[in-house]
Amino acid sequence: MSIDQATVRRVAQLARISLAEGEVEHLRGELNAILSFVAELDGVDVEGVEPMTSVLPMQLRRRPDAVTDGGIAPKIVANAAASEDHLFAVPKVIE
Amino acid sequence: MAKASESKLVAGATGDWEIVVGMEVHAQVSSKSKLFSGASTAFGAEPNSQVSFIDAAMPGMLPVINEFCVAQAVRTGLGLNAAINRRSTFDRKNYFYPDLPQGYQISQFKHPIVGEGEVLVDVTPSEQIRVGIERLHLEQDAGKSTHDQSPTESFVDLNRSGVALMEIVSRPDIRSADEAKAYVTKLRTILRYLGTCDGDMEKGSLRADVNVSVRRPGGPLGTRCEIKNVNSIRFIGQAVDTEARRQIAILEDGGAIDQETRLFDPVRGETRSMRSKEEAHDYRYFPDPDLLPLEFDQAYVDELAAGLPELPDAKKARFVSDYGLSPYDASVLVAERDLAAYYERAVASGGVKRDAKIVANWITGDVAAYANAIGRSVQDTHITPEQVAALVDLIADGTISGKIAKDVLALMTGEESGASPRDIVERRGLRQVTDTGAIAAAIDAIMAANPDKVAQVQAKPTMLGWFVGQALKATGGKANPQVVNDVLRSKLGL
Amino acid sequence: MSDPTSLTLAEARDAVRSKSLSSRELTEAHVAAVAAARPLNAFITETPERALAMADAADARIARGEAGPLEGLPLGIKDLYCTEGVRTTAGSRILDSFVPGYESTVSSQLWRDGAVMLGKLNLDEFAMGSSNETSYHGPAVSPWRRPGSETALVPGGSSGGSAAAVAARLCLGATATDTGGSIRQPAAFTGTVGIKPTYGRCSRWGVVAFASSLDQAGPITRTVRDAAILLRSMAGHDPKDSTSVDLAVPDYEAEVGASVAGKTIGIPRQYRIDGMPAEIDALWAEGVAWLKAAGARIVDIELPHTRYALPAYYIVAPAEASSNLARYDGVRYGLRVPGRDIAEMYGNTRAAGFGPEVRRRIMIGTYVLSAGYYDAYYLKAQKIRTLVRQDFERAFADGVDAILTPATPSAAFAIGEKGGDDPIAMYLNDAFTVTVNLAGLPGIAVPAGLSADKLPLGLQLIGRPFDEGTLFSLAEVIERSAPKTELPSDWWSATAPTR
Ligand SMILES: [Mg+2]
Ligand SMILES: [Zn+2]
Repeated sequence: MSIDQATVRRVAQLARISLAEGEVEHLRGELNAILSFVAELDGVDVEGVEPMTSVLPMQLRRRPDAVTDGGIAPKIVANAAASEDHLFAVPKVIE
Repeated sequence: MAKASESKLVAGATGDWEIVVGMEVHAQVSSKSKLFSGASTAFGAEPNSQVSFIDAAMPGMLPVINEFCVAQAVRTGLGLNAAINRRSTFDRKNYFYPDLPQGYQISQFKHPIVGEGEVLVDVTPSEQIRVGIERLHLEQDAGKSTHDQSPTESFVDLNRSGVALMEIVSRPDIRSADEAKAYVTKLRTILRYLGTCDGDMEKGSLRADVNVSVRRPGGPLGTRCEIKNVNSIRFIGQAVDTEARRQIAILEDGGAIDQETRLFDPVRGETRSMRSKEEAHDYRYFPDPDLLPLEFDQAYVDELAAGLPELPDAKKARFVSDYGLSPYDASVLVAERDLAAYYERAVASGGVKRDAKIVANWITGDVAAYANAIGRSVQDTHITPEQVAALVDLIADGTISGKIAKDVLALMTGEESGASPRDIVERRGLRQVTDTGAIAAAIDAIMAANPDKVAQVQAKPTMLGWFVGQALKATGGKANPQVVNDVLRSKLGL
Repeated sequence: MSDPTSLTLAEARDAVRSKSLSSRELTEAHVAAVAAARPLNAFITETPERALAMADAADARIARGEAGPLEGLPLGIKDLYCTEGVRTTAGSRILDSFVPGYESTVSSQLWRDGAVMLGKLNLDEFAMGSSNETSYHGPAVSPWRRPGSETALVPGGSSGGSAAAVAARLCLGATATDTGGSIRQPAAFTGTVGIKPTYGRCSRWGVVAFASSLDQAGPITRTVRDAAILLRSMAGHDPKDSTSVDLAVPDYEAEVGASVAGKTIGIPRQYRIDGMPAEIDALWAEGVAWLKAAGARIVDIELPHTRYALPAYYIVAPAEASSNLARYDGVRYGLRVPGRDIAEMYGNTRAAGFGPEVRRRIMIGTYVLSAGYYDAYYLKAQKIRTLVRQDFERAFADGVDAILTPATPSAAFAIGEKGGDDPIAMYLNDAFTVTVNLAGLPGIAVPAGLSADKLPLGLQLIGRPFDEGTLFSLAEVIERSAPKTELPSDWWSATAPTR
């Protein structure tokens, strides 16, 4: 499978990475190089093989329902580019 | 479900239309802490004060699941008569939004914790439908953005971020706004019985995404629109009707419906397209590598099943068979678990046998009217089930009449608040007069004072009512009406 | 006392514990070495004041007889580990000003055991790279050079700063992380020891995620014994990480020097790849001979799906990364580049905040998960993982205790030599190491000799799940048998500005 410029733009949009027009063709080439590298897998027969869903053969542990965290609003917003009254501020979102 | 019942069809300019509705209800699990973090879920806290580093998706933070939330999802599944999946997995649903800190929502896509089930819904006292449940899965709630504080900025509060939700997905088995409302009402009742969700729609504990399409009766399914986050049962009904009308108008104009996400605006009574959430839906679901599959054995499910309370359908059936109630009265009483318990406490109060139907009448009648007037549920008023039982008993043993009982209730809700009905009756001398002598004396006085009326009544026996009224008045309403009647008839020779 | 930076971690521990050397003296020597070694660009952030304060606290505990297992020992921390109150960048512009309000579990266990933090070590951006050249802070430089050459060589990656700092004696040991070889490859390139423990052995809590199902923390040190000592403190169950295993941590140091007689060592034919330099093949044969001489039994084994591991890795790792890195959106922390609206703010922030390799991997990862491609790429790669793991399980079921392979296909290369427009050339560095991550197994890289260019070469031992102990025993045999090589001599201090 080989991808075209429109796909590069669509994927960049999904990934929220702005692309300069000049980057698209270059990136298309790099991504296609990676895709042809992984095309090695096309020949492998995986009929009946279970995908790996957990690296370890162990059960998911569950924690008790108790309030053990929170109350740190100043720390939560400490690294924010913009905040007001412990709220994160972002450019206005129109719904 | 089977055939469209005629009455559910909507008449358009070009013929009849059938509405088809499926719902995704998001029910907040009544847990103390979040699905994957130890931060509190309490409502209405200061901004970002109930946020852990995990909920804010700080680098390197990892989720650990809350066992209570798992148990509540299983219990809810059991309450919906649904298949419980002993192995389920968590997936990431990837999209960007400022109130979604991780850039993905942890949800269950391929393998949900609960599979197919069914809900019985009373649409009217005489009409019941079955709504299929496709699945129930656990997922995280997002934070909250506010857009009206500033002209240039939105503000994000993550207190809700990571709160556990159960998404309950119905089959498209709903055919009208009333059915949609009844379905959510029933679902809410079941959740509240189970205690798995408080069902508080005002606080956002229960929200519905309503999928609406229309078709010609019996025809193929039409294109649906999803109306997001409708947060009251009344609005659910309005949203269904409004959206169906919009779609019918488009179709009858020769247009086509675009599959899209819409928002219901209750102020303008319309739905409108949500463009911001519309573009490029490609959620790239994949299993969350920070979590292992969620697994439990049948013994775990059995133990939770054994601990389930009696659910509304079973309770209603028992009220009809054990107490002789009408199905309608029974469904009114079982609509809230606490109300049903109130009723049963009243019926059984003091270990005395009393007429369960009369108890039901009092609770669904006068007591409910009072509760309604003060904006509370019956069980939240200060009128106790024991007081209701005492009132019913006072009527049954002839101490007071049904009419006096209404006065006693009025006193209990007013100046005699907190007093027992028997004390009120005694203190206020409301005890019914059954002493024939006293009644006869009063009647003699009335007859003596009104010889003309005596003559009239002998010619026209329907005049008797006037004498009864006078006699009751003379005794302050306390005379036993039956005794008054008997004495009058014999004295007047009727 | 000679230069305290020439001590191994074990020697320093014994000296401090016996009070023949104070942590203050030890730490001052390392702080000075760090400052003098800035041309190596091994540290992104130096924390000398914190180091000295921690050293004084350690000396006080030693005086009270309360010394922990790592009391007073100065270490470097890969800048992927969140450190409370100390800037943590992950080698990225997008986190350049990020100061965590929390401490990673693994680093907190080091401080619990008395260790001293010298600072935060350079790495490939978000640990994506094999040469440390993708760091926003510029490449770390290997202390090794080819004889008579001043060409700057890569220390490997992504834990390049860790490897360079340990090889240059700037710290007694360092934390590192390994997603596809990021501990073992830089260890092999710098003549140091690096172990990637079994997946789940060390907590991932507080370590900036690259690919969650592959990431694992581990140490880089100058000796096998030092690695055993550090891993014991780093490992252990963490209830905050759902993938952390609740198993007791053995005394790994006790395994160092243990007999390997009777152990069965598998030699996988599939690792003899086309175009492998003869010197790598020769080194591998020497390793076999050393283990045999120590009494181990050598058997040929088949790991038939080995060649598919690298392509599968380059699907799974970017896919997970594309999702893990979605949180860097300019809203709650890190860089924000404004835009006309929120979507543009996201796009601008992420375009400016991530370097080319990270952007490339996010793009590939987004693509392989997108509608219509999930089954063909991601699901298939996860099935290949199952096959790769089954290969190992078969070998272990047949009685193999550990597997010996080369650690890398070559010795270190020059900065700027690989990568560029051909990402695949760089990816091939991980060919021998990546299978271990896909299968979740432990793997150790141990120095085994020098290349014709007099650069370090390493061998890799792969073990059964949670059998790191056997790897330490076997690695020590190689360490002991291999010809002694001197650590690179200090050319870098001379070029450093004096303080
Ligand atoms: Mg939905
Ligand atoms: Zn949902």
